[in-house]
Amino acid sequence: MNKKTQLVLASLAAALVAAGCASAPSVAELNALTDKIVKASFRDQNHVKVERITATDETNRVCSEADVAGKPLDEKTAKRIEEANLKAIKWPSDGKFIGDWKEGEKIAQSGRGLTWTDDVKTVNGGNCYNCHQISKEEISYGTIGPSLYNYGKIRGVTDPASPASKAIVEYTWGKIWNAKAYNACSNMPRAGHMGILNETQVRHIVGLLLDPKSPVNQ
Amino acid sequence: MKKASTLSIATVLALCAAPVMAQKTASQGIDEYRAMLQDGNPADLFEAKGEDLWKKVRGPKNASLEKCDLGKGPGVVKGAFVELPKYFADTQKMQDLESRLVTCMETLQGFNAAEISKTAFGRGEMSNVTALATWIAAESKGLRFNLSQAHAQEKTFYEVGKRLFFQRGGPHDFSCASCHGEEGKRIRLQDLPILTKNPGDGVGFAAWPAYRVSNGQMWSMQLRLNDCYRQQRFPYPGFASDATVALATYLGVNAKGAASVAPAIKR
Repeated sequence: MNKKTQLVLASLAAALVAAGCASAPSVAELNALTDKIVKASFRDQNHVKVERITATDETNRVCSEADVAGKPLDEKTAKRIEEANLKAIKWPSDGKFIGDWKEGEKIAQSGRGLTWTDDVKTVNGGNCYNCHQISKEEISYGTIGPSLYNYGKIRGVTDPASPASKAIVEYTWGKIWNAKAYNACSNMPRAGHMGILNETQVRHIVGLLLDPKSPVNQ
Repeated sequence: MKKASTLSIATVLALCAAPVMAQKTASQGIDEYRAMLQDGNPADLFEAKGEDLWKKVRGPKNASLEKCDLGKGPGVVKGAFVELPKYFADTQKMQDLESRLVTCMETLQGFNAAEISKTAFGRGEMSNVTALATWIAAESKGLRFNLSQAHAQEKTFYEVGKRLFFQRGGPHDFSCASCHGEEGKRIRLQDLPILTKNPGDGVGFAAWPAYRVSNGQMWSMQLRLNDCYRQQRFPYPGFASDATVALATYLGVNAKGAASVAPAIKR
């Protein structure tokens, strides 16, 4: 296409948009307008930068669009998103999956970190109790996610180091590291992948869920 | 009433602080605390302040706000709250209650709208905007939400607001829908209203402005949305920005038919 044609087409498109103000804007136009409004409306605050919502990845983009449309992702896209997230999971560098459940409980309780009122040096929490029942003792738990009480027990984990437990131990690590690897548009954050929790913290959370001595499995 | 309610709230807080309560489970204690909250609402104080500010001659132009058009004609207050946000021909903009109040404070009283919008919540003229919004909302108590979708801009803002509601982002991938997309969910013990449809009378959009007992602050809808975005780990939404007005339009249209209880009292 030569330059002249492009120009003609561009002005034609502009004219159509101008003439089209009587009809409802298209999905693409509404998406573009939303992007424009987001850029104009949000600003950086302390360590929280606007890029957090303007430079989101494909996972968030396609899931948001599916939510707006009110229908789930098509199977092919969902699979592609899950595979990409699965590939991005960082497995424990020392091969050790199970940490200290007592530390895990503290991380699960904490909802601190990453808001514009949090100090940038704040140690991030896992926000786990906000959405899940975990131990029986904590009655202040949310219900957005399923109950995780007896998580390991229900799955028959009596010795997390045993070969029989390998699959569930790995899945648990993977799910916490990057929940979208198993469900493309899961509501659950990607704690490891997005840098909310570090490797040591994820290990403690896995311990909280799978250690037979953890209150979760009593 | 004020003293009594403050006292009862203090008593309940003291009770909750004591870890061992004979024969009482923690959830019973919480239920009682919630019941006690309904005893008296300090929002009354903000309402009175707001009414006074509406009638008072103020600002560089020495004028009151009594000629302010909140959408139902100059000076009409009753019923205005449950029809906002809406499109205003004079500003050629979609405006919510707070944005409209700032417009009136500039045009009628001579205040600087941009300066007010930059002021932190709870400070200076911004705290006056909140008090005014509290009184104006209270004047529509019991009325049902009925936002207009007649103007093209009103429809467009609903559609943009819907996209904002479902916009996943930030380190946690949260959107408004993460918490408010399903019925009957909680964060910790806090019930979460579903906001993709009318969640019922006095719930969600129909409850704000509200007095927050936990921090002793009067919260406008702008502050409510601002703090949701903070907890979502999103960047800072500008006061009365198009994003906040579009989101409020989406919530308000969805709340059609819900009776307003604003100003409510919250934990």
